[in-house]
Amino acid sequence: MRQTRIISSPRRLEQGQVHLAAAHLHYRQLNALVREAVARGAKHLRLSGVNGQRYLADGLRGDIHLEIEGVPGNDLAAFMDGPCVQVRGNAQDGIGNTMNAGRVVVHGDAGDVVGYGMRGGAIYIRGHAGYRVGIHMKEYGLSRPAIVVGGRTGAFLGEYMAGGLILVLGLGAGERPLVGDFCGTGLHGGLIVIRGQLDRDHLSPHVQAAEAGPGDRDLIGPYLEEFCAHFQLPVGPLAADRYWVLRPASARPYAGKYAL
Amino acid sequence: MIRSYLPPRFQVQRDEGRCIRCRVCENQCSFQAQHYDEEDDRLVAQEANCVGCHRCEALCPTGALRISPGASAYREHANWTDREIRNLNRQAETGGVLLSGMGSDRPYPIYWDHLLLDASQVTNPAIDPLREPMELRTYLGRRPDALELAPDGRLATALEPQLTLELPVMFSAISYGAINLNVCRALAQAAVTLDTYCNTGEGGLHQSLYGYGPHTIVQVASGRFGVHLDYLEAAAAIEIKIGQGAKPGIGGHLPGEKVNEAISHTRMIPVGSDALSPAPQHDIYSIEDLRLLIYALKEATTYAKPVGVKIAAVHNCAAIASGIARAGADFIAIDGFRGGTGAAPTMIRDNVGIPIEFALAAVDSRLREEGIRNQVSLVVGGGIRCSADVVKAIALGADACYIATAALIAIGCTLCQQCPTGKCAWGIATNDPLLARRVNPELAAERLVNLLGGWALEIREMLGGMGINAIESLRGNRLRLRAIGLGDRELDILGVLPAGQ
Repeated sequence: MRQTRIISSPRRLEQGQVHLAAAHLHYRQLNALVREAVARGAKHLRLSGVNGQRYLADGLRGDIHLEIEGVPGNDLAAFMDGPCVQVRGNAQDGIGNTMNAGRVVVHGDAGDVVGYGMRGGAIYIRGHAGYRVGIHMKEYGLSRPAIVVGGRTGAFLGEYMAGGLILVLGLGAGERPLVGDFCGTGLHGGLIVIRGQLDRDHLSPHVQAAEAGPGDRDLIGPYLEEFCAHFQLPVGPLAADRYWVLRPASARPYAGKYAL
Repeated sequence: MIRSYLPPRFQVQRDEGRCIRCRVCENQCSFQAQHYDEEDDRLVAQEANCVGCHRCEALCPTGALRISPGASAYREHANWTDREIRNLNRQAETGGVLLSGMGSDRPYPIYWDHLLLDASQVTNPAIDPLREPMELRTYLGRRPDALELAPDGRLATALEPQLTLELPVMFSAISYGAINLNVCRALAQAAVTLDTYCNTGEGGLHQSLYGYGPHTIVQVASGRFGVHLDYLEAAAAIEIKIGQGAKPGIGGHLPGEKVNEAISHTRMIPVGSDALSPAPQHDIYSIEDLRLLIYALKEATTYAKPVGVKIAAVHNCAAIASGIARAGADFIAIDGFRGGTGAAPTMIRDNVGIPIEFALAAVDSRLREEGIRNQVSLVVGGGIRCSADVVKAIALGADACYIATAALIAIGCTLCQQCPTGKCAWGIATNDPLLARRVNPELAAERLVNLLGGWALEIREMLGGMGINAIESLRGNRLRLRAIGLGDRELDILGVLPAGQ
């Protein structure tokens, strides 16, 4: 597909608001329409009938609100730098890939590889997330990314993590473990915080687990509040619960590996 | 622990009559191999520390120093060589993985040296490059299957974004962190002057180098260091790094010794921690996943710039390259097993991968057979030493070449292979501010411009000799190559006739 033809023209609801009917649009068309609307000054976009279109809000900048009805495709908000994306449904793989700033709020479950190489901003997932969440998240100075998963996550959580925060709340997890195998392998910066019981069998030797202290609770407090605000949950019971904090056991997990 | 007693690898010979005790050698040696003894008023060599970089010898104002291979050698043994014995001892002491810098130094065959170029005699006259214009301009990017012209004769086909090079050589990926900012700046400046491109490697782009963006290819690798929208937008093209010739199949570890405040900022990792690039990109486990990232990058940059994929030359690279072309890449960079590195496990560097000559020939043939060669440009690197290698690579099927080791040698590298230590006495593979000052970006850029200026003259002469006035006419023209000293199977793979036929 080479030329992008505008099939559904943006309907201006009121100043700065745009509604796009996404059904039957190829991702390239849909994303071009979003960019065009943003270029014309749209601040609040509603995308209805989204059905697996990839790369929504990919590389999008600015103080934009994007409301997605349906299931967005892979790499939602990849390289995104500022906007706030609300997904009224489940999301697929690769949310917030190398994202730099902004918010992604998923009102359902998310697929694999959430927040890979994430550099800033926050991702809130009401339900569960898949494998490889938060691999190689980073931080520097005030840029500190966060991923909050309401439910549980799969294996390889926070692998090679160099900064930022991952918070796993385990809501609706039942008896199943909150994190999968190899949690925190190669972790050398940042924090993973897990609510409730901790199953140490899943932890990599590169993390040190301890119960959250007052400082840790201060740190996660604002994220819990924002999570509860997004999903209309009472923050009290969550804030009062037990949390485990996984920290890097060393800033150089592979320091002894080489014959130097 | 039992200490091993290995004789020094290098001997430091000092002509005491010439030595003026200026202590330049002591100051210049970042490996503590030179030491001034105040009591005796003389300089003493700690030969065990000498890495053979020749910095002291080069800077000794009176020419009093000579560094040569160690005089003391073990009894000769073809199997248990000095190299093997040293490696065994080092591991017996440390229990670790042997680490090396730069490309493999093993004596594997160099197939460029088995290929010879054609020249015109009588029947098809040579072209005089001193008189005739010789076209070296090269475009990298996806070509359309067919061209359509509008009734007025103008091109009606929309072309995909292309990189335009004024000579078919670019500076290959070397990350900020593996080398310091002065060297990055020199490469970037030279790329601007030469009208070619400089690849950032995977360490991000320092803020002060964004102005060179139009001549920069930015890399996106598994560690995703320094990758954000400004970085992608600043660049002329984007390269997804899957593999590297020096260490196919494994990721990178920039040693924590080299991660200072500035590197920490650009890479967004803690100061002093190792910069860990996982072996795979964890969002790419298949060609379909690779397509996802290619198009995520294209979407993020509104399809305005080429997106390429770099792989190491491995056994099955022809099929992989076909997949990469079909995944939507605009160019494929293939890095041969002799490619350089700032740090690679020695066993991987010296034993994994295949020569770039075979990989290039196999990939080019495969893409032609499948009728998709036009969809993707091929850039090859990993052991390109001179302009003749470039010409041979283009005749074998490459669109352009990447050089990095050759560029560093032009800046002063003597291949001592100590890059992972971060102590480079030539000021290249180090982030120590005092050592890094040894590279003046302007002077280094001038040397790089000289180097490739010389290559461009030579390439024109070789083309002219073949009666060709545009590099485009040589591309994939394997009839202009002949092989010496190769067997039938090698000739088949290279698609080259033996000399005399």
